[in-house]
Amino acid sequence: MPTTAPNAAHALADVTASDGTLRRFLHGLPGVDAVGLEARAASLGTRSIKTTAKAYAIDLAISMVDLTTLEGADTPGKVRALGAKAVHPDPTDRTTPSTAAVCVYPDMVATAKAAVAGSSVKVASVATAFPAGRVPLTVKLADVREAVAAGADEIDMVIDRGAFLAGHFMKVYDEIVAVREACGTEARLKVIFETGELSTYDNIRRASWLGMLAGADFIKTSTGKVAVNATPANTLLMLEAVRDFRAQTGIQVGVKPAGGIRTSKDAIKFLVLVNETVGEDWLDNHWFRFGASSLLNDLLMQRQKLATGRYSGPDYVTVD
Amino acid sequence: MASAFEYAPAPESRSIVDIAPSYGLFIDGEFTEAADGKVFKTVSPATEEVLSEVAQAGEADVDRAVAAARKAFEKWSALPGSERAKYLFRIARIIQERSRELAVLETLDNGKPIKETRDADLPLVAAHFFYYAGWADKLEHAGFGANPRPLGVAGQVIPWNFPLLMLAWKIAPALATGNTVVLKPAETTPLTALFFADVCRQAGLPKGVVNILPGYGDTGAALVAHPDVNKVAFTGSTAVGKEIARTVAGSRKKLTLELGGKGANIVFDDAPIDQAVEGIVNGIFFNQGQVCCAGSRLLVQESIQDELLDSLKRRLSTLRLGDPLDKNTDIGAINSEEQLARITRLVEQGEAEGAERWSPACEIPSAGYWFAPTLFTNVTQAHTVARDEIFGPVLSVLTFRTPDEAVAKANNTPYGLSAGIWTEKGSRILAVANKLRAGVVWSNTFNKFDPTSPFGGYKESGFGREGGRHGLEAYLDV
Repeated sequence: MPTTAPNAAHALADVTASDGTLRRFLHGLPGVDAVGLEARAASLGTRSIKTTAKAYAIDLAISMVDLTTLEGADTPGKVRALGAKAVHPDPTDRTTPSTAAVCVYPDMVATAKAAVAGSSVKVASVATAFPAGRVPLTVKLADVREAVAAGADEIDMVIDRGAFLAGHFMKVYDEIVAVREACGTEARLKVIFETGELSTYDNIRRASWLGMLAGADFIKTSTGKVAVNATPANTLLMLEAVRDFRAQTGIQVGVKPAGGIRTSKDAIKFLVLVNETVGEDWLDNHWFRFGASSLLNDLLMQRQKLATGRYSGPDYVTVD
Repeated sequence: MASAFEYAPAPESRSIVDIAPSYGLFIDGEFTEAADGKVFKTVSPATEEVLSEVAQAGEADVDRAVAAARKAFEKWSALPGSERAKYLFRIARIIQERSRELAVLETLDNGKPIKETRDADLPLVAAHFFYYAGWADKLEHAGFGANPRPLGVAGQVIPWNFPLLMLAWKIAPALATGNTVVLKPAETTPLTALFFADVCRQAGLPKGVVNILPGYGDTGAALVAHPDVNKVAFTGSTAVGKEIARTVAGSRKKLTLELGGKGANIVFDDAPIDQAVEGIVNGIFFNQGQVCCAGSRLLVQESIQDELLDSLKRRLSTLRLGDPLDKNTDIGAINSEEQLARITRLVEQGEAEGAERWSPACEIPSAGYWFAPTLFTNVTQAHTVARDEIFGPVLSVLTFRTPDEAVAKANNTPYGLSAGIWTEKGSRILAVANKLRAGVVWSNTFNKFDPTSPFGGYKESGFGREGGRHGLEAYLDV
């Protein structure tokens, strides 16, 4: 749980006084050396995770999945099936933990909410005109309010990458603050940067700080809709950012890599990054999530293999 | 770090390598006992278990080995370069094929983590043989004249910190240029060199081209002093290097020395902090700091001292010390009891002189030779820990205010092997690097090696270069 240090947070509030102060602050953050960052992420990827550690990691990863369907073709039936799977991912083994959340478009929130009723599974909704975000702020806010009114526990918003790349940091900041307000006290806010479009690691660190300054509860790599989504390196960088932000303000922010994480092996590598960068304070689904849809089945198959000693195959897990 | 996510042990199997109960000397393509029958034991530094008994070469054995190398030199040096290249390529490929065995053996004998032998040492060993194999038929294009000639018999003495890698640095260029070699591995780490002797046989290398003589300092001294040795190459301590220079002085032997260091790692206030911390860790805790080019002096700009030290301490708390064969181990064992005693003595002296000592909480195994990663803060240029090479996991932290002061402090050492610069400002990298008196200057990285890149020192860190095109010169009559 976050420990608040209001004085430190207040000191940082000055940096959002104007476009100029914000730009100076974001450009004053320590640089990122791409070669070194990627080397560190790769070296943590060589950690060998065996036996009890692996069983623990798989269950932890399952409990961190935001089981996601974000297709134009989504139907109530599809969302109900997803909700049922989120609550009991493996019908043959009731010891399997539930996933953290189901993640759907705003019009499906009520359906999803009903599907997971009575369980620990949260309903997350991508609002603010996901995935491009290129609509007026009034539309974005309406999108958010509808999702929250329908019962969403979490809102995944996309930032205006165009404004960010044009250097209009204050515009991005103001939008996040407005969305944060629209979420009210009911919903936690995840801010999606679309790291693949921000292109440089320096930009990703600046966006992370910008999001946290504006009140994000989570910072999230990407929408899963572009070519480059979550990578070990950009996730490591964002973990460093939340670590540094907590050191300065006392406020803890969650991290969610999304898109492209498909195998248990990949997921475990991300858990190693969390473990060795920010440690156990972030090692639960309140502070770390995987935005993934196909990952869950691989985790379930690996879990079955650990339990039975045999690899079962895709027909032994559900397709939803 | 206490964590909900504790990694289960992931040990590499030691059964993939056969260690014989005893080994002989490798002379003229055969394993043979020492003339006087002397043997010594080699132990695993992580457990103090005796791994094997190894023949100890005496003067008579040195005579035999040098004679075998001399005889082999006639034919070996007369081979076309392309033929010598075939053997070297073959050796490189066998090393790649047997790299798991070699990595385990090196870890057992040396105490360094399997992660390092597997991911750093062995790939570099193979790369050196491949690289110099490529030069063997192109020597006339190396810039040393139209027809550079080999020197003859090379007497090579290597240390225990990178046993197989130092062997590769010595043997690959020597063979590529047409020399034959007699090599003495360190007494605490002879096993991979003897394994390499077997690799030479597997590659069909002509008898006598490579000879391996395990032994102590006196074996090395006999080899260096042998009148029929044409070239001496030594990597090791500065004290022994000076002795060798005296021995060789006045003879016609060519000499290269690669000796100690006290590398400065300079972190400016605009450095990429997270990567700098990684670089500092890699600079001084790689191979338990038993690296001649280790970044053992950290020079931090005063304005970011607190921030950097906090980050560094937090990072050190995540280092995993323990069984070197565990794939998750970051810090292994110190190579020998003697070296552990040296580190302990220098660290105690550092404390006595008033430097502030810090180590993360970490469990030390009960058997074996271990030393926790250690930081010294409040260090000044006058402290012993800022001047003497400790050759262990001990980092001395000093501060500076201006680039000039950083350069002055970095250069204020009898050594000059390596240095590091951390800054996001490209022009500063170039300006500072030009003023540092060190053989290698890394910027925004540390301890990166490549066979194409020459390596060697200034001042008491020795002379001559190994690696790259420059590394050929030491084995050619130019």
